[in-house]
Amino acid sequence: MSEFLEFQDVSKHYGDVKAVDHVSLTVKQGEFFSLLGPSGCGKTTLLRILAGFEQPDTGRVLLGGEDVTDLPPYERKVNTIFQSYALFPHLSVWDNIAFGLKVAKRPKKEIKEEVAKMLTLIQMEDQAWKKPDQISGGQKQRVAIARALVNKPRVLLLDEPLAALDLKLRQRMLIELDLIHDEVGITFLYVTHDQGEAMSLSDRIAVMKLGKIEQLGTPEEIYEAPRSSFVAAFIGDTNFFDGTVAEPLEKDSVLNGFLAAAVDKDYSRLKIEDFPDLECFNDKQIKEGERVFLSIRPEKMRISRERPATTPHLNIIAGTVEDVIYLGSQTKYWVRTGDYRISIIRQHSRFLLDEKPIRWHEEVWISWHADDGFMLEKYSAQDENLIQLPPEEVGENPPSLNGADLAGSATAQ
Amino acid sequence: MKPSRVPMIVTWAVILFFYLPIVILVANSFNSSRFGGSWESTSLKWYIRLMQEDDIWHALQNTLFIALSATLVSMVLGTSAAFALHRFAGSRLQKLHYSIIYTPLVLPEILMGLSMLLFFVALKVQLGLVTIAIAHVTFCLSYVAMTVLARLQDFDFAIVEAAQDLGAGWWTTVWRVLLPMLAPGILAGGLLAFTLSIDDFVISFFVAGPGSTTLPIKIYSMIKYGAPPLINALSTILLVITFTCVIVSQYLTQQEPKAAK
Ligand SMILES: Nc1ncnc2c1ncn2[C@@H]1O[C@H](COP(=O)(O)OP(=O)(O)O)[C@@H](O)[C@H]1O
Ligand SMILES: [Mg+2]
Repeated sequence: MSEFLEFQDVSKHYGDVKAVDHVSLTVKQGEFFSLLGPSGCGKTTLLRILAGFEQPDTGRVLLGGEDVTDLPPYERKVNTIFQSYALFPHLSVWDNIAFGLKVAKRPKKEIKEEVAKMLTLIQMEDQAWKKPDQISGGQKQRVAIARALVNKPRVLLLDEPLAALDLKLRQRMLIELDLIHDEVGITFLYVTHDQGEAMSLSDRIAVMKLGKIEQLGTPEEIYEAPRSSFVAAFIGDTNFFDGTVAEPLEKDSVLNGFLAAAVDKDYSRLKIEDFPDLECFNDKQIKEGERVFLSIRPEKMRISRERPATTPHLNIIAGTVEDVIYLGSQTKYWVRTGDYRISIIRQHSRFLLDEKPIRWHEEVWISWHADDGFMLEKYSAQDENLIQLPPEEVGENPPSLNGADLAGSATAQ
Repeated sequence: MKPSRVPMIVTWAVILFFYLPIVILVANSFNSSRFGGSWESTSLKWYIRLMQEDDIWHALQNTLFIALSATLVSMVLGTSAAFALHRFAGSRLQKLHYSIIYTPLVLPEILMGLSMLLFFVALKVQLGLVTIAIAHVTFCLSYVAMTVLARLQDFDFAIVEAAQDLGAGWWTTVWRVLLPMLAPGILAGGLLAFTLSIDDFVISFFVAGPGSTTLPIKIYSMIKYGAPPLINALSTILLVITFTCVIVSQYLTQQEPKAAK
């Protein structure tokens, strides 16, 4: 029973638009699974195919081993939380929650008990007789959840359920959703374009792009080992260096002369225009001469006034601080080296606060271990348009996508 | 600069022009004098006399029968039409459908009455209450359809999907969700249709048969035999009914369709 929900080669197009493009996917029972991707990548369409509101052009949808592709929405044991909540405005909170049970003609006594349980779960016992237009946005959200959960669906579908809420409420609902998921043990299929939501809630995430699944894995896998530059840029912040793979490193630089002639295929040198050569982990065995993006997360880099000691596989480059952004628990530095503006995040600690802080225009050293960078295939101009910058980056601060050739287009979006 | 008084004066002039005759009519209906020129005393004499006229009772029954049946039928047909118009808006068939629904609102009544009469005669249908009711449905239905259509424009159809998602089949969705939510719109359209049917004269006049005299036709014939004070009283009653319907209908239309936003 581990392969509980299964999409097999599902496609759906609208006119020329391939909303969902041959997606295959399995979700385990009880899992909190997220579909994450920029707006228009087909997340909602995939969800609606599972709910039964859209018929796929190709492929099957299996739920608990049963093929549900041709069942109408009202015969599927899944329930949806709509983005607009879609509460019934003419019914009270109580009647909204009871709707599914009443339609299923369950005994009155049972309905009363189940609705009462749900009202307790969402802590709205005292609001049962209010109409939807008399309660707040967060409460509507909770009623929508209760209205779906009371039917004990096999999968709960959530389509950007937090998008309509303000930041504070969103953070609270995030925690609440997590608690509810733990409590009811139902499989959640969660759609969002907000990587923060997906990262903090999900057991696994499928990152989608243009109707296809770009990468599937745990939040950690996706963040720590993005498989493409699209994923690296979409999930969290990253620095990109545009370079050409050069010769593998000689092993002797690692082992100090034991096997002088041998080469270490795991590490390659990356040549970057008007920039020092960088050392990169090359587990994918990318061949010499290929053009790639090297992606390094801002928090994997260290910034210091003193040049760090040279150790194997440590990249060390010099630069000038152009911007310092204090973010409370951490500080973000923008450092210029040649054509690149590199972002670095440093956590605060007692120790660091005591030392004299690094300021604008200071000459600094940046360093990172070769293992912390990823060589990824270059992404297309199309990808750039899809990647939405996190709000804090938009506006006065330049985006974290670096590289002289990238900066312009990335800012423009 | 002092604001000009002209708009104010014009407004009052227009209001007087429109409503003074009605005010005089209503006032006169309480005047015990037989002639409108002089005021004798305030009395309900004419209303009491009205009650005693069997003809008028009969005409009232006819009018209500026609208005009620035309309203009910057009509420059903008009709502269905509005759904089709909304659901398939943009298709060529529905554009035609829209024109057909819309035309009775602007077509000269005399033309509708005449064509209806020719139609019934051609089919050799006995003229009477039923033909009047059918004729009324033709324009009442347009008013209901337009009112319901306006409600549908800002209806969140995710609510319909939500109902299906929760296990409701087509009928259950219509019965438990769509109709209750659209009821104010349908009712408002129905009331409008009811008022229009009650005071329709031209069309009824064409398709009426023996024994199917309606109130407006009755009033018309009473004028010919000269009974002004009775007409005043009767008209006042009609006026009250019509105003009530229109006000309730307005109230229902103005109520926002409460989509769960
Ligand atoms: N009913 C529809 N008619 C036409 N195009 C649609 C329809 N629904 C979605 N699309 C298109 O399919 C693509 C995927 O849409 P959607 O699944 O809503 O994306 P997401 O939820 O990821 O933002 C988009 O390009 C969108 O314009
Ligand atoms: Mg969507």
